[in-house]
Amino acid sequence: MLDATPRKLVEVRDLKMHFPIYAGILRKRVGEVKAVDGVSFDIFAGETLGLVGESGCGKSTCGRAILRLYDITDGSVKIDGAEIGDTPQGGLRKMRPTMQMVFQDPQASLNPRMTVEAIIGEPLMEHTDLSRDKRRDRVHELMDAVGLNRTFSNRYPHEFSGGQRQRIGIARALALNPKFIVCDEPIAALDVSIQAQVVNLLEDLQEKFDLTYLFISHDLSMVRHIADRVAVMYLGKVVELSPREALYAEPLHPYTKALLSAVPEPDPDMTTEDRVILQGDVPSPSNPPQGCNFCTRCPAVMDICHREDPEFREVQPGRFVACHHYNQTAGDTAASEDNKSIQQGETT
Amino acid sequence: MPDGAQPVLDVRDLNTVFQTRGGEVHAVNHVSFDLKKGELLGVVGESGSGKSVTMMSLIGLLPSPPAEVRRGEVLFDGRDLLKMDADSLRDIRGARIGFVFQDPMTSLNPVFTVGFQLREPLMRHMGMNKRQANARAVELLELVGIPDAKQRLKDYPHQFSGGMRQRVMIAIALACDPEVLIADEPTTALDVTIQAQILELVKELRHKLGMAIVWITHDLGVIAGIADRVMVMYGGQVVEQAPVRELFKNPQHPYTAALLETIPHVRGDRAERLKVIEGQPPILGAIPTACPFRHRCPVAFDRCKQENPARMPVGDGHDAACFYDLAKGEPRDA
Ligand SMILES: Nc1ncnc2c1ncn2[C@@H]1O[C@H](COP(=O)(O)OP(=O)(O)O)[C@@H](O)[C@H]1O
Ligand SMILES: Nc1ncnc2c1ncn2[C@@H]1O[C@H](COP(=O)(O)OP(=O)(O)O)[C@@H](O)[C@H]1O
Ligand SMILES: [Mg+2]
Ligand SMILES: [Mg+2]
Repeated sequence: MLDATPRKLVEVRDLKMHFPIYAGILRKRVGEVKAVDGVSFDIFAGETLGLVGESGCGKSTCGRAILRLYDITDGSVKIDGAEIGDTPQGGLRKMRPTMQMVFQDPQASLNPRMTVEAIIGEPLMEHTDLSRDKRRDRVHELMDAVGLNRTFSNRYPHEFSGGQRQRIGIARALALNPKFIVCDEPIAALDVSIQAQVVNLLEDLQEKFDLTYLFISHDLSMVRHIADRVAVMYLGKVVELSPREALYAEPLHPYTKALLSAVPEPDPDMTTEDRVILQGDVPSPSNPPQGCNFCTRCPAVMDICHREDPEFREVQPGRFVACHHYNQTAGDTAASEDNKSIQQGETT
Repeated sequence: MPDGAQPVLDVRDLNTVFQTRGGEVHAVNHVSFDLKKGELLGVVGESGSGKSVTMMSLIGLLPSPPAEVRRGEVLFDGRDLLKMDADSLRDIRGARIGFVFQDPMTSLNPVFTVGFQLREPLMRHMGMNKRQANARAVELLELVGIPDAKQRLKDYPHQFSGGMRQRVMIAIALACDPEVLIADEPTTALDVTIQAQILELVKELRHKLGMAIVWITHDLGVIAGIADRVMVMYGGQVVEQAPVRELFKNPQHPYTAALLETIPHVRGDRAERLKVIEGQPPILGAIPTACPFRHRCPVAFDRCKQENPARMPVGDGHDAACFYDLAKGEPRDA
């Protein structure tokens, strides 16, 4: 990014999304799933922020909460400076067009009884008063943009391959000229040889339409390819956020280190001796451990980690981490208490 | 791997067809491979390439109809599994050939305890009584790294996490000390840190137990880390086969080469733009009479449309089904 001060398009502060757990015949509330439990980050206009972590860590919930597909438990979400965290659902309609979502499973997210033209045109029906002809033109334009043959506009989703169905989902997301798209595992259901096609398409569209992405994925190698900065989630919290190259070259948080070292490299000569193999499983988000959420599996755990939840702070310019190991060394660079808002990252 | 070691499993010219409403699907065509004692054979290919159908065919696990194993031989211990009656095959399956599938929830029975499911093959195939089987079941759970093994025998599958369930599946597959283990995408549904645990476990166990393993995956990273030899499938056929290092350093089929180029990496250089393999995998309405990869192949030429290439030797223990010599950059002779 050449711009000296990139504009913050999305600002998330202390976002919490807790789902109640009910039990018994009286459906008494017995607890809550802390799916997202206090996360803060910015997404700059035009960038791709990767959001990685293992299944159940809260990535999808985080993406959906930012788009206000949920009524959030706590925290603030600003889009282009406007607070939407507390806007009632009815009041969100006006700004829905600017924020869209692309889902993992194109099969499940497309209505099987609608033609491709109807699917892509649906948001236009709902949010614009375009005439039928204008709408069709726009649908054709969108099909061109995502590389779908427009002569197929009267076909149904099942007549397309997985990769093409994902293109349909992307075309629909683009229909209203959004600024911000949450891509939730958009390639997870696709074959290796098709994944690259869709990722390249997303990159082209970003450039062409000035899009900002939150790219959610458990695929660390693909995120390294597509993201400018990467946030790593573990059990409802962001444990590290860094510019892409720094994160992959020198991960700071012990969880990021373990996660990266667990990714098998397609090279038989790679030694695996320095590999960190984590023991055990992720604790339940309805009953997270006391102290740091990672303390039950952390290879570098200290006493304090069992007592205190580490603060998520900037320890190097543009690099944020929530880990007690960085608390002493971080003293100098860390933002002071009243300036806790996330500073502008060092984007590439 | 001792060279020329005797194969424990020898599959020759396997062909499997499905009868569907839309006609026949020729899912597996002319598939041949062997598995040597103690070796780990990796099988890679994108979904629909015939990996699972191949393995299910050879241990008689496909329902017929719609499936029909039309041709082939599967030699195990000198006998053809395809000609065996259902009872004898059942004795081999689960006892001498173990298997683990992608989703443990579909292969574990939710209404029985894990202890019951571990004891069952031991009592059936090994003639153990309940007490003996129980003791062995505890050993097996310990072997696959499940803490509090004795207590956990009383638990039901849903009381285990995904990774722990896959360990239970492995324990069941290993119960009768099989000579061959067939693992079909056993870590695909797992997170990377859990996958790393399972891969470590398998590396340790295969040497301890000395069994031969067929490991199916679409993840080239997983293959690179555990396989001795690799077989690449595309469109229901084996398109390339080589020792693992050779396959990664010197791929000879354009599909393998393209696949290796298209995947991004976590380490090393990062490509600004991903290489793509344009197009889609084929639909197998008939036995291909031309190369199934030709539409997507950067080096396809006339002959690829006229004939379906057979596998030809291209190096030491290395073969590829391609008319084009990638190393020389020209069509092969003949
Ligand atoms: N609607 C919901 N109700 C209750 N729990 C939920 C709901 N959605 C997600 N969760 C729980 O929240 C946690 C985070 O889920 P999710 O955001 O889907 O994770 P990820 O996308 O990282 O796999 C999980 O434990 C999940 O079971
Ligand atoms: N029950 C079935 N009926 C019809 N076709 C099937 C059936 N099972 C598998 N196939 C077809 O067989 C081919 C190979 O499938 P499979 O072996 O499962 O692929 P892989 O395991 O490599 O992903 C696919 O084209 C698939 O559509
Ligand atoms: Mg998700
Ligand atoms: Mg399969």
